[in-house]
Amino acid sequence: MPAPASSAPTSLPMAWRLEVFRREGLDDPDGARALAAARELGLMSVRSLRHGRGYLISPDTDESAVARIASELVCDPVLETCRITRPGAAPQAAALAKRVLVARKPGVMDPVALTVERAIERAKLARCRDGSRVRVLTFSAWECFGAVARADLELIATKILANDVIDEVRVGDECVHFVLPGNVAVRDAGAIPLCKASDAELERISKDGHLSLTLIEMRAIRDHYVAAGREPTVAELETLAQTWSEHCKHKTFAGVIDYDGERIENLLKSTIKAATLELAKPWCVSVFHDNAGVIEFEPGWHVCFKVETHNHPSAIDPYGGSGTGVGGVIRDILGVGLGAKPIANTDAFFVGPLDLPEQELPKGCMHPRRILRGVVAGVRDYGNRMGIPTVNGGVWVDPRYVGNPLVYAGTVGLMPAHCATKEVKPGDIIVVAGGRTGRDGIHGATFSSAELHEDSVVVSSSAVQIGNAITEKRVLDALLSARDLGLYRAVTDCGAGGLSSAVGEMGAECGARVELEKVPLKYPGLSPAEIWISEAQERMVFAVAPEKLAALLAVFAAEDCEASAIGMFTDTGVLELSYAGASVGTLDMHFLHEGTPKWLRKATRPVVRTDDPACPPCADANAALLALLSSPNIASKEWIVRMYDHEVQAMGVTKPLCGERDDGPGDGAVLQPLPHSRKGIALGCGANPGYGLLDPWAMASAAIDEALRNAVAVGGDPERTAILDNFSWANCARPAELGKLVEASRACYATAKAFGTPFISGKDSLNNEFRVGDEVITIPPTLFVSALAIVPDVARAVTMDLKTAGNPVYMVGMTHAEFGGSHWFAHMGIAGGRVPRPDLVLAPRTLKALHRAIAAGSVRACHDLSEGGLAVAAAETAFAGERGLELDLSALPCGTIPAHHDPDATRLFSESCTRFLVEVDASRASEFERALSGLDCARVGRVSEGRRLLVRGTRGKVVIDASLDALRAAHQGGFQG
Amino acid sequence: MSTHAIVLRTAGTNCEHETKLALECGGASAELLHLHKLCAEPARLDAARILVLPGGFSYGDDIAAGRVLGHGLRTFLGRELSAFVARGGFVLGVCNGFQALVDTGLLEGLDADGRPKGGERRSIALSANESGHYECRWVTLRNEPSKCAWLEAGTLWPVPVAHGEGRLVFKDDATLERLRRNGQVALRYVTIDGGQARYPALPNGSTDAIAGLCDATGRVLGLMPHPERNLSPWNHPRWTRMGPRAAGEGLEFYRRLVEAAGSAAR
Repeated sequence: MPAPASSAPTSLPMAWRLEVFRREGLDDPDGARALAAARELGLMSVRSLRHGRGYLISPDTDESAVARIASELVCDPVLETCRITRPGAAPQAAALAKRVLVARKPGVMDPVALTVERAIERAKLARCRDGSRVRVLTFSAWECFGAVARADLELIATKILANDVIDEVRVGDECVHFVLPGNVAVRDAGAIPLCKASDAELERISKDGHLSLTLIEMRAIRDHYVAAGREPTVAELETLAQTWSEHCKHKTFAGVIDYDGERIENLLKSTIKAATLELAKPWCVSVFHDNAGVIEFEPGWHVCFKVETHNHPSAIDPYGGSGTGVGGVIRDILGVGLGAKPIANTDAFFVGPLDLPEQELPKGCMHPRRILRGVVAGVRDYGNRMGIPTVNGGVWVDPRYVGNPLVYAGTVGLMPAHCATKEVKPGDIIVVAGGRTGRDGIHGATFSSAELHEDSVVVSSSAVQIGNAITEKRVLDALLSARDLGLYRAVTDCGAGGLSSAVGEMGAECGARVELEKVPLKYPGLSPAEIWISEAQERMVFAVAPEKLAALLAVFAAEDCEASAIGMFTDTGVLELSYAGASVGTLDMHFLHEGTPKWLRKATRPVVRTDDPACPPCADANAALLALLSSPNIASKEWIVRMYDHEVQAMGVTKPLCGERDDGPGDGAVLQPLPHSRKGIALGCGANPGYGLLDPWAMASAAIDEALRNAVAVGGDPERTAILDNFSWANCARPAELGKLVEASRACYATAKAFGTPFISGKDSLNNEFRVGDEVITIPPTLFVSALAIVPDVARAVTMDLKTAGNPVYMVGMTHAEFGGSHWFAHMGIAGGRVPRPDLVLAPRTLKALHRAIAAGSVRACHDLSEGGLAVAAAETAFAGERGLELDLSALPCGTIPAHHDPDATRLFSESCTRFLVEVDASRASEFERALSGLDCARVGRVSEGRRLLVRGTRGKVVIDASLDALRAAHQGGFQG
Repeated sequence: MSTHAIVLRTAGTNCEHETKLALECGGASAELLHLHKLCAEPARLDAARILVLPGGFSYGDDIAAGRVLGHGLRTFLGRELSAFVARGGFVLGVCNGFQALVDTGLLEGLDADGRPKGGERRSIALSANESGHYECRWVTLRNEPSKCAWLEAGTLWPVPVAHGEGRLVFKDDATLERLRRNGQVALRYVTIDGGQARYPALPNGSTDAIAGLCDATGRVLGLMPHPERNLSPWNHPRWTRMGPRAAGEGLEFYRRLVEAAGSAAR
């Protein structure tokens, strides 16, 4: 029987308290998961853990009403019991339980509480005695059983049950506060004295205000205000800081670079954008200037694609950071043109070693396991709730991501062709819709542009946000209805910089007047500048013709989605901000958008290692293959894929997991976006952190090749493929880092030109390092490339699993001795080596020829060769198909392999680009060979009746003989969540 | 005139478009209707033969999956839903719709006032999966001999599941026994060749491997899997290993539902 927990009555919350636990005898999955995590920390004395959902309810609610809330709303009559405690009373607790309470810190979003409040209100379950709305806060009550020391309990609390950036944790006392946020009103200081400030003072103002502006930029602002003859207001300075942030302005990429004496005016324009411009594909509809890239799909329909990084927020709060990353990129798709319907999500994570011993974890870092679990859960909960299938992505592990993990989130959208463009007209009403504005996410843009350090968790918690997917789903539903009714003229999302960026961008060509008191707030007390720059989630901004305002507001109201007119676009060329009638800022749009001083940075050419260490012979290729299959970058990611809804919207044609037992890693995802058309899209991605430190040029080129391989392998047309670049780099103020960026960008230009695949969108995150004490851990140069290809007929899509015994198997593409950054060399502990790079003359021809063969229907299975080379690809395609595979390495098309490289190990494990293992319908072998004639393509084996992978070496000896079960077990033997 | 279906949606519903498509492919005319609108004009049910609660995360599944929607339906539409079924209407709840449907008490029967017939709120629940987490995978279902006669008993068919709370749990053994005896066990998870399913063929640990339940009339059906995600020939994860397919097996499910609802009207 529950007994009162010991606690000083003075610290008990003055609110009704409900705690809902699973009934005795029923399992408790939350508790079981926490117990497993405690065991992982080595805390064997914990016998069990139980989780209770807690609710605090306004104290002046009638007892009978509280009882109804408990029995009718929050407690399941079959599964749960509810403990009800009066305001100020000691709560009940299970006998012998040690309790941990976890509540959100004041001001951190509590979406469940809002839902409960609304449900109570709508059903008229209860009202406070004074007639006001019943308020609710939620918390978690954990009960821990066993001989657990207090220190261990605290460890469990902070490492498993809570994240103290966002959570208030109580161990052994019952002091959860019933404090509604926002009672602290902040008034903006008046004007900021800038005009007479010295350089030192300018730097201090930037640093103290978290503005992340350089001295040169601060001087430009000072000079502007000196000329204007007045001091800037807080709102003005904040607007400039947000708009000029690296996050929003890409000052490194667009600035001037002195590259060992060579002057580069604008790296982005001269490489990535130049490739797109020169390729001039007629099917590119809108590239680089809007929130996402847009290309033609079918007559009357376009598809669009955007990928974002959300690295720094995810380092501090993996769950909230990745979730809001997904939410943010979805809003990019809602805000491209007049808005597109999101039809697919992609994600990629780069984290530290999952088996890192706790004692080797740098101070201030979260364990990579916890980060990975957290970011996966964040993507799961946001993407699944939005009803958008997460269909493609990857996980890469490297020790240098330990302090600064990378989180990429992408969204694909579908829009009617007439929705691709937008136009703001003076006189249009500015409407903000969706979530309310709070103090959350202040300075996200400037935070993301700064480096992480061991105290980041302390100083940056205001930059962390909790998403509320259902608010965004309401926005999505209302926005698409309003779009189809033609109720607005332009839309954009509130992302980094909040309203300041959204309104600032939309009104850049004309001008805007905003009355900040009209912005709906989560709680009172925000200063005008805070309202203006808050990055509170789930908001969109619209430009609405005055005569359509009422209809637009009605559409949003019908979806329970708040929308408010907050101002008007003007023709003054000026941004005017007011609060309750008083001006709080006036900014010239031209200075705001064009006044950024160009950065001038030095870059030095990276030294590319040219040594070519020997690839030694492999004494036991069987064992080596099994080891590679279970290494973290190659091992099965099924535990992640299964937690994502990859089937919602029912468009899936090829799935992330393929084959007889749904366990083969698919190369790319094919979707059929329109039920009336057999045309599809294929999504692929590529990245190679191991290559980046050795040769940034080759790394970038190989990443593009990999993304294209993925898309072509499943049926995508390489001549109708668009690609996206997402750079995550270390601090580019260091010339060496910037030099790597120059090389990678130039590789992007050359590779995109060669393949004829234009970049349509991209993003960069250029300050990814982690400082602990005097040491800086920098990430390897990481370019994540995404590809979107048109599939002419989804019925001809191909999966990677072998199909039919007796069919011939071909190798397409040339194998070279390329081991730099390879998994084989990493496994052998060999440093250096030649980094794989595609042959930019042959590779495009190879992709086109292979695509023609796939489109003609002669290919039964196709798997691209990537991490681990031929051996890994052969194993995957065999166990996925539950078919045997016999290969003869002597038949493999190879370049000249220098004598110091073992011929068999090279053929098995080299990671040369643009290679595929292809099963061809036996009756159509000659047709396939004709399609590939003149290219590197050879019959290297056959699908066999046995359930073994059998590989014969160049000297005729069997070098691999492994059962499918052993291969499958190895592939599933890695970290599984 | 074709059989009319209402697909009820609210904040967080996310399978309404493919569900509408499935009903239309199955021969019905279908409309999407927001819960608020139906609460304001419950008479709109009069024109419909089928009411579908589609999948999604209604209200974010805050508190528990389907809870707030279930509570809303009980509170605002209990009487109307009871009357709709009494006059021969068909109700289908899929995934989150099933979770909400369980919470309304409709599967166990409501009286004319929309209150639970036995007096007790309910004795069926959908609990967190045994695995402890959300899971998306294809499974095999078997139609069981049940009151839901439009499901051809014995048929095995593939369909995806995608949920975190899909394990049927009953208040006691007597409840389960009553449902079995009444012919309310409509669908079970089985292995691909019809054998007894264990994880992962049984994706959530559901009691007695039950995937779907119907009410005593056979006209109210709830199931966790998503038949509307298996309409096209290319939805199946292993279609590249099969011969040519004309359609996904989920189409047949909706075709039979529409047919049964249409003939019940005559």
